Amino acid sequence: MNVAAAIFVDGLIDASWLFIVAVGLTLVFGVLNILNFAHGSLFAVGAYTAASAVGWYYGGNFGPAFLGYFVMLGAALLVAVAMGPLLERGVLRLFYRRDEVVIVLVTYALFLILEDATKLIWGVNPYYAYEPYGLLGNVSVFGLSYVGYDFALVGLALLTGVLLWLGLNRTISGKVVLAVIHDRDISGAMGVNVTRVFVVAFTFGVFLAALGGAFTAPKISVQPGISISVILLSFAVVVIGGLGSVEGAAIAALIVGLARAAAIHLMPSAELFIVYLVMALVLALRPEGLFQRTTTRKI
Amino acid sequence: MTGRVGTLGAALLAFAALALLGRILPHWFVLVATLAFAKGLVALGLVVLMRGGLVSFGQGIFFCAGGYAAGLAMRSLGVTDAVLLVALGGALALILGLIIAPLLAGYRGIFFATLTLALSMIAYGILDKTYSLGGSDGLNLQAPTFLTYQPQTSQEVSYALFVLASLLTAVAAALCRIHFDSIRGLLSLAARDNEIRVEYLGASVRWVSGTNFIISSLLGGIGGALAALSLGHIDPDFAFWTTSGEFVFLAILSGYASVTAVFVAAVLLELVRSFSSQYFPNTWQGALGIFLLLVILFLPEGLGSLVRRRRRTAVKPAPKPVESVK
Repeated sequence: MNVAAAIFVDGLIDASWLFIVAVGLTLVFGVLNILNFAHGSLFAVGAYTAASAVGWYYGGNFGPAFLGYFVMLGAALLVAVAMGPLLERGVLRLFYRRDEVVIVLVTYALFLILEDATKLIWGVNPYYAYEPYGLLGNVSVFGLSYVGYDFALVGLALLTGVLLWLGLNRTISGKVVLAVIHDRDISGAMGVNVTRVFVVAFTFGVFLAALGGAFTAPKISVQPGISISVILLSFAVVVIGGLGSVEGAAIAALIVGLARAAAIHLMPSAELFIVYLVMALVLALRPEGLFQRTTTRKI
Repeated sequence: MTGRVGTLGAALLAFAALALLGRILPHWFVLVATLAFAKGLVALGLVVLMRGGLVSFGQGIFFCAGGYAAGLAMRSLGVTDAVLLVALGGALALILGLIIAPLLAGYRGIFFATLTLALSMIAYGILDKTYSLGGSDGLNLQAPTFLTYQPQTSQEVSYALFVLASLLTAVAAALCRIHFDSIRGLLSLAARDNEIRVEYLGASVRWVSGTNFIISSLLGGIGGALAALSLGHIDPDFAFWTTSGEFVFLAILSGYASVTAVFVAAVLLELVRSFSSQYFPNTWQGALGIFLLLVILFLPEGLGSLVRRRRRTAVKPAPKPVESVK
């Protein structure tokens, strides 16, 4: 019983940050039709920026401790505004007419470049941003003690999901984005500024990656290599849920989170293996992922 | 028929020239070229797939299977003969390919790519934690022998490996050329353009894709065994997605028009990698990324298109593109 409860809670916590990152990846795929391998690097950039900002904030004694969370949010926003338009307008735009596999390779090249760029800027030594982690005290669930921050993260994931869903389905600009996802040529013909939707959607995707990174930073040591594990996991989540589906990303993040937690508790050596096993099983049964509508084959 | 004989003859000539060149070229270049040929073989397999409109992001699984087959045969069975080890590597990958092909032959596009990626990452995950196979440290291989020939110095070993790699490369390239120009090979191109039309012609796209996948698995295994022998080491990273990504890059860099371009591209990439890791030790990944971007931007059809373009303009004007019915 205790183990089951631990798996459930750990899986939920794991799923929360995974969802935030993966939903950004799925949004970018939905709108721009790009499977962005550099998404993990943007997560890393977000984590590094937040760790530096948090270190600066708590080092200087600027104000009340809880404002550190807003510093982290600001760091994520900064990364998004700086990197999103730069990458989309500066690089990706040049490759839109090409095969989707070629664009995957382009983002892979971006991943390599960003990986070295982060090493050049922040060095190879780990960063710790532990201050915000302890602020919310401890919570006891099913007789197990957890750090309150972890549950705040679950709340943040829920908030992100709900806001994103409402934004896409209940606002005019959200519906414009959905129209572009559905058919970019027709939306363009109807007067939608597709270019602007692309820039905004990509920047928002970068923001979600950086947000995930920024709020995960206090839990981990921020060091080179985190981007790879993040892209591998969020990639699996997005494929399981169905490329471009927000609901799918939520369910898949839960599945992957629970599967990983179960593996860690019961069979630690199978951690990465189990994620990809789930992915292969889902793909074998439903190649489009759990939540993707089957599209008719274009002749 | 003369075309086939001509292709094989050209391959043998190329092999003889390479074997001679290996004697003249500096030692480091021979090492780099051997590894490049090994990787080029895997990329050639990917080109076979790409002609049928499929891209696998998991060729690393066959690369890895070939490498581990060679490593384990050397360690457990005491086989040191390079020719036999490469054959074993190819055989294991081929068996793996025969098992996987029927499962994958029905998938297309990004789903095929992600499923192959998932399979290779499963292999990586298993090998990384299988401590009897060395875990994440992998296995070391000793210097191989070559049939009856037992090289004494490391220079001789690497030259002999280079000759073996050149031979395999030349033969594989010639056979692939012949395959590409055969009816089944041309059907791949047709399937890439329009699958339904191919089905209406009475051919099976599933069968074409499956065959291509099996060919690519065999080439992947041979390349993996060669790479393991030339590096003297094998670890789970052979199946990691960055390795597979490199093969995709090679295949895109060369394009699917020319088989020779694959190996030129492989040598070029290995050279860029060695030079950038020597001159920018901390930023060589970034340098490689920039190189990648520039190639994709300025050479959309790959290196092979350079050769083809020149040949066409020299011999006959390019045929008018037929309006495709979509």
